[in-house]
Amino acid sequence: MTRTFDRAFATGVAALALLVPLTLAAIAVLLVIAAWRSLTTFGLSYFTTTVWDPVHFVFGAAAYVYGTVVTTVVAVALATPIAVGAAIYLTEFAPRAVRAPVAFTIELLAYIPSIVYGLWAIFVMVPVMRGVVEPGLQATLGQVPVIGRLFSGTPIGLDLLSGGVILAIMILPILMAVSREVLLAVPPTQREAMIGLGATRWEAVSRAVLPYARPGIIGGAVLGVARAFGETMAVTMVVGNSSRDISGSLFIPGYTMASAIANQFVEADSELYFSAIVEIAVVLLLVGIVVNGVARVLIRRSIADRPAGAVV
Amino acid sequence: MALAAIAPSSAILARHRVRPRRRVAEGVVIGLLSLATLVGVALLVTILGYVVVRGLPAIDLAFFTERPKPFGEVGGGIAPSLIGTVLLAVVSGAIAIPIGIASAIFVVEYRSGRFAGPVRFAAELIAGLPSIVIGVFVWTLLVRGVVGHYAAIAGAVALAVIMVPIVARTVEEVLRLVPHSLREAALALGAPRWKVIMSIVLPTARAGVITAAVLALARSAGETAPLLLTALGNDFFSTDLLRPIGALPLQIYRYAISPYDDWHTKAWGASLVLVVVIGAVGMLLRVVARQRVR
Amino acid sequence: MKKALIALILVFATLLAACGGSPPAATSNPTTGATAATTADPCGVPVKGRCPTESTALTGAGATFPAPIYTKWVDEYNKLTSVQINYQAVGSGGGIKSFTDKTVDFGASDVPLTDAQIDAIGGGLYMVPTVMGAVVPTYNIPNVTASLKFTPDALAGMFLGTITRWSDPKIAGENAGVTLPDMAITTVHRSDGSGTTGVFTDYLSKISADWKTKVGSATSVNWPGGVGGSGNAGVAGAVKSTPGAVGYVELIYAIQNKISYGVVKNAAGKYVEASLDATTKAADGFTMPDLGNLRGQQAKISITNAANADAWPISTFTFLIVAKDYSEKGKAQAILRFAWYGTHDGQSFTKDLGYAPLPSGVVTSAEAVLRAVTSGGFPVLPK
Repeated sequence: MTRTFDRAFATGVAALALLVPLTLAAIAVLLVIAAWRSLTTFGLSYFTTTVWDPVHFVFGAAAYVYGTVVTTVVAVALATPIAVGAAIYLTEFAPRAVRAPVAFTIELLAYIPSIVYGLWAIFVMVPVMRGVVEPGLQATLGQVPVIGRLFSGTPIGLDLLSGGVILAIMILPILMAVSREVLLAVPPTQREAMIGLGATRWEAVSRAVLPYARPGIIGGAVLGVARAFGETMAVTMVVGNSSRDISGSLFIPGYTMASAIANQFVEADSELYFSAIVEIAVVLLLVGIVVNGVARVLIRRSIADRPAGAVV
Repeated sequence: MALAAIAPSSAILARHRVRPRRRVAEGVVIGLLSLATLVGVALLVTILGYVVVRGLPAIDLAFFTERPKPFGEVGGGIAPSLIGTVLLAVVSGAIAIPIGIASAIFVVEYRSGRFAGPVRFAAELIAGLPSIVIGVFVWTLLVRGVVGHYAAIAGAVALAVIMVPIVARTVEEVLRLVPHSLREAALALGAPRWKVIMSIVLPTARAGVITAAVLALARSAGETAPLLLTALGNDFFSTDLLRPIGALPLQIYRYAISPYDDWHTKAWGASLVLVVVIGAVGMLLRVVARQRVR
Repeated sequence: MKKALIALILVFATLLAACGGSPPAATSNPTTGATAATTADPCGVPVKGRCPTESTALTGAGATFPAPIYTKWVDEYNKLTSVQINYQAVGSGGGIKSFTDKTVDFGASDVPLTDAQIDAIGGGLYMVPTVMGAVVPTYNIPNVTASLKFTPDALAGMFLGTITRWSDPKIAGENAGVTLPDMAITTVHRSDGSGTTGVFTDYLSKISADWKTKVGSATSVNWPGGVGGSGNAGVAGAVKSTPGAVGYVELIYAIQNKISYGVVKNAAGKYVEASLDATTKAADGFTMPDLGNLRGQQAKISITNAANADAWPISTFTFLIVAKDYSEKGKAQAILRFAWYGTHDGQSFTKDLGYAPLPSGVVTSAEAVLRAVTSGGFPVLPK
């Protein structure tokens, strides 16, 4: 009697649990089917052309991929030093009483909904970008020969740079939390050995702790990349949504893949147009899977690797 | 090599000569690091500060009880969206929480099963997907497919898909913390598997399970992109699952990109409500968690 | 125990919600006209009050151009009949697609559907004209509050990217009394599928052969540069916050947001202000083509660059999109009565909101179309 109920319970639990991989499969299948026309019509040219012309039925998502890559790179470049720096400070140097509360405060950033970030970005961040930061960058770094191209064009605030900056703020808490966890997992023996050899605290950290923690921190950065890739609303509101010019300036009002879908999905009125947009979603799906998988492997390996006796 | 470092004379002399410079370098670095920390804190304070300062003027009774006025007219409120957010949370929670818990149980308690690995993997992958992709999926499945039009239930399903991995992951961690000895003792006493799970393991992990559920709900309350394609939005009061429905994030988005100052203020106000609710929920969780610690 | 209780509450709440509770109905006027002398059909037109069989909730999506007046009509219609019409302004493109996918009950668009779009709709459609409006070039130049004069060439040049600064002689030459700074021009266009874009590009295609070949006219085109904004609202917002910007919006969006807008030289060579009169003049001598069969005839609906000497050159009608036949009679009744309300009583709100009312000839065309809609083959509106 109890035996059959036990089996029934197990089956019930399994049934519910199996809905999860089933959903993932359904997502993949439905999206690929919806994108089929575009996949077969354009093939690889979809990724090499920036022309996106609903009137003449030519679709190429190169500009969207470019925008996603650029904003993600900017985001990681800006967020990593700050996140890792803060994590190091809060695990190694800050007064002990302050460590947990301050870390908690910064991690609170992760709980702010993305739409609130978007709102703040439109009304507070963009005017500052347009009025202060971008002209400033243009006047200084914009004059330097090679990298100056990054800062050319009229600063309007609604551009790839702003997209990157808001993404940086949004991935900051994740990066910091992971870095902290990884740093805390480093066995104290590492530090102690260096200090025993006469190193200053910073030298101990930079030469013994950081290299040990590096894979995990990189894993955190990859997680940040995954988050940045998928972020939709906040970026859509500030990235400009217009130009498909990939000439290299950060001041161009570009698109990301997610913002292209958000803007155009509701109104893609021809079959080909619609399936071209869904193809963007398919690409996001694939990239999300790859990046997320890599990140988790890196982090898990880094934390799991700590030797016995480590203090968590 | 270590011995050589502790060796006297040349090493000690070297230390004395280099020390001041190294100390200065360390000071500079620590200064930079603390600056980085300060930036992080400053960002949080700035964002929350703006939400409070710009959002408070929008808060009045009408804001919470009336529905929006026609374009351009001042006044009215966001009541339908408040109700919509609550309804969506309830329905998506009813779908996602059982599935998430079952998924965690399946992975932890029935670990030897052939499918435990795929379930865990799938949950993690779905967690990593952009929310707009999930919106596209649910639109294809429900809005154009089964239901046939924009509807609240589609929005709830989209939110549920986003929530399941969050619930599953958190509950899984909590279940793993339950000591094996508890399970083994119960099994040794002859209790069937299901009873061990329902009467021993889950109650022990209760605080964690509640935390997981609430975290997932809080996250779903702030999602916008999937709702754009599924729930559409509704300026009338509605609790009909088969009709479009409004939600706080949708309302914030539409108001934010509008040119009306009154709507901008309302967008800040709605953001304030969202942040306060999520914050209150978080505080509550910490209190609950602290109480349950044995 | 507690978990069971929570589960029970969740299930209960779900059931409650699923049973689709009717929201608190707005106070509706008591049905008038119930005197013994007139046997007015409560489900007929003109709309006097509640019709017992019409649907109580409808969903519509489409153009942002008429959204201010549609939301006003929705509000008034709700007070009159308790019917809740949820209109979401997602852009003409969104309206057309949603209507095609049948994910909404009616659509709205400023421009007629293309042949391909018409073919994609099973069962056919009618376009119901509702109001007329003006698309104006709006700009944000520091210290310039005057109404700037634009020639058609200047407009085309700015949006093509061949005219890049405000001090360009093609603009400055027409505005002798105004000091235009040597500031870069940032053009703002719609990032979503837009009827307003359709109208504006239709005008540009008519006055610039260059534009016609390079870009063309549609709800969504390949813009040469510039910034994208979502909806008329998004463009107005972007212009308002970007110094040096120029965009195109429906007149009311420029007025309500207090952004400067300019005058454009019309086909007769005259600089006419974008007034409601000028908009109506654009329809001078205009006859509506067959609104149920616009395949191949889309150009006949366009009134841009009209010949009349006092016409505003970027004027347009805007339309509701309804099906030729609705399987649910109640739905058809609600939609048709709402559209009737808008094209008759609703016209009284046009002037305050910056739209021009429909000329009487066009109202007659609208009435004919509304009476032609059937449900299951039978006409919906009583004679």
